[in-house]
Amino acid sequence: MFLQTVLLATLDGLSYGAQVFLVAVGLSLIFGVLRIVNVAHGSFYAIGAYVAASFGLLLAASGLSPWLSYPAMALSAVLVGVLLGGLLEVTLLRRIYGKEQVLQLLVTFAVFMIFEDLQKAIWGVSPYFVNTPLSLLGTVNILGINYSLYQLVVVPAFAVVVLLTLRYVLRSTRIGRIVTAVTDDREAAAAMGVDAAKVYLLTFMIGASLAAFGGALASGSTSLVPGMGSGMIILSFAVAATAGLGRIEGAAVAALMIGLGRSIAVYTAPEFDVLVPYLIMFVVLLIKPQGLFSVPQTRKV
Amino acid sequence: MIRKSIGALCAAMLAASSSQAAEKPKELVIGITTFLSGPASVFGVPGKNAADMMIADLNAKGGILGVPVRSIVIDEGAGANQLMSEYRRVVLNEKAEVMFASVSSANCLALAPVAEDLEVPNILWDCSSPRIFEDNKYKFNVRTQAHTGAEMLAAALYLVKNKPNFKTVAGVNQDYAAGRDQWALFLTALKALKPDVQVVAELFPKFGAPDYSTEISRIQALKPDVIVNTSWGGDLDTFVQQAAARGAMTQGTYVFPLGESSLERLGNALPAGVVIGARGDHYFDHPKHKSDAAFQDFVKRYREKTGSYPIYPVFHMSQAMSAMQKAYEKAAVDNKVPWPSKEQLLAAFKNLSFHGLTSEVSIRDDSQGLEDQLIGTTVRNPAFNFATLDNIAIYPGKLVTTPIGQKSAEWLTKIKSDLANDPSIELFSAKQ
Repeated sequence: MFLQTVLLATLDGLSYGAQVFLVAVGLSLIFGVLRIVNVAHGSFYAIGAYVAASFGLLLAASGLSPWLSYPAMALSAVLVGVLLGGLLEVTLLRRIYGKEQVLQLLVTFAVFMIFEDLQKAIWGVSPYFVNTPLSLLGTVNILGINYSLYQLVVVPAFAVVVLLTLRYVLRSTRIGRIVTAVTDDREAAAAMGVDAAKVYLLTFMIGASLAAFGGALASGSTSLVPGMGSGMIILSFAVAATAGLGRIEGAAVAALMIGLGRSIAVYTAPEFDVLVPYLIMFVVLLIKPQGLFSVPQTRKV
Repeated sequence: MIRKSIGALCAAMLAASSSQAAEKPKELVIGITTFLSGPASVFGVPGKNAADMMIADLNAKGGILGVPVRSIVIDEGAGANQLMSEYRRVVLNEKAEVMFASVSSANCLALAPVAEDLEVPNILWDCSSPRIFEDNKYKFNVRTQAHTGAEMLAAALYLVKNKPNFKTVAGVNQDYAAGRDQWALFLTALKALKPDVQVVAELFPKFGAPDYSTEISRIQALKPDVIVNTSWGGDLDTFVQQAAARGAMTQGTYVFPLGESSLERLGNALPAGVVIGARGDHYFDHPKHKSDAAFQDFVKRYREKTGSYPIYPVFHMSQAMSAMQKAYEKAAVDNKVPWPSKEQLLAAFKNLSFHGLTSEVSIRDDSQGLEDQLIGTTVRNPAFNFATLDNIAIYPGKLVTTPIGQKSAEWLTKIKSDLANDPSIELFSAKQ
């Protein structure tokens, strides 16, 4: 019985954990390299979702194959990340690197508010739901419970692909090594001749694309409403902080912990559902204040 | 001596001025608090759209007592502090004579005492907490619609009447004040009507949750006969879509007391057989009023303007607007004045009866409105590309509203099961 509960809770928590991971890993990556806490990250999640939903509606209206909604998700993520993310980095963020953190928070928060109004101006306030991806794949029955394949397999699979790709790129490619070098020691990397501006722009676009991809995947199974970005940004902060800012695998583990924690809470103590992510963060930070996967910092003199 | 008589004169003048007519203003400024941002704008924006249309209609007919109406809209989504200071500003600086507050119960609870402080007539146009008049006595506040107690009782009565044989029930409700209040009052009513009912799960997913995987798995594992979900907007849509995709929408009887506001958006995802409430007798295809010329005309124009059928906040706004107009007119006639004073206006609200787009609402001595409650069951109707309602029951406001001086949470424990068969309940079914 206990094992069954754990198994079911694991299956329930996967989809949610995967979505949270995609958003949080982008946030974490950006912080690791740019040292900026980007509140507007939640907007990329929301806008990615809206753009993907718009593509979905367009596909449905044009009568093309509904399977195209999957590539459309990836496309909208890249579009949002590169165009909107790039624009934000070049015009605004560049001016505030190395400034006080309070200022950075205020500026990115202002951007978040502007994006929020922009979404309302473009997509209105009525909830959007494009259920093509959800209904396309059907269900699978496990232990008498029906699961949707989209939530159980597709969303987590994309998250795993992103995790493995990021790992590979950061560990085994030249550009990845450069990004890692900047994350670990910015000054030393700059001294070795790394073009920081280019690395910053690239990282920001990738981070924003990841959030937008999380949103695009979410658009297949959740209502798009005004304010959806703010809920996600709070949670991904919790994940990024639990993991240790800048840690990719840490974000995956923390997101999974939060996904599982939530569903185990619903099974055993539903009252604690909302509290779980923060309880996990609290306990982890109490024991490891720098986060689960933080590397010891060498003190510079 | 002189000082004394001047004092008396002043006092007399003051007393006289308060009972006399106020000067007729060039325009009647009203302030409306509603959600223009955040998830609740799914209600707030339709409410605002309705207000805009109704004020234009009113002004086209010469306004209220010949005075045109102008509205100032305040966003509830900006947070409680911002809302309170904006509310004060609109009353003090913009000289609003009447205020309409609010969509959120929390905001109504916060603004009702502010209205008392500012001595401005405040119409509670959409919020649902029964606590407003059950825990407080207010002079300047009046509610032109029902409260959660009446809404939940009507849904529970409909359920026990139409599905008499269920044994187990589960609740999935948003984790915020209104979600918890709604579930608590529904359950209180249900236990009074059906004492042997067994509650198998009480789940409170986060407000705005994007994922209900675990809740839906729980429902599939526990197999409750009845599942009650009082959520609304994107939350209800997400729940239904995810449950429908996993085949869980047909395994029990679902009760959505606020479901009317999601019918059109849910399209094909909502199956037949779901019990739907409408926070009052609000439905674009209202069995009693769909052939009224004014109702038809409004629904048609609302659709042309917004692309959707009107949902309950639109109807609530029509009730508040109509109550305000009726109160001004009644106060003017009763006192034989061209424009009533604040006191005269407040007096006119007492025991006022008025019509929004649907059935008549009347205001009790305690300023609480008596509003009929419409509950129905979904059917798949080929004329629409979404589920519509059939087997509709309309519960008179008087039957389901907590009596004056009693608290809903207590009164609902004492109701009897024969209430579900009261002869004053009107039934409408397509089959007849």
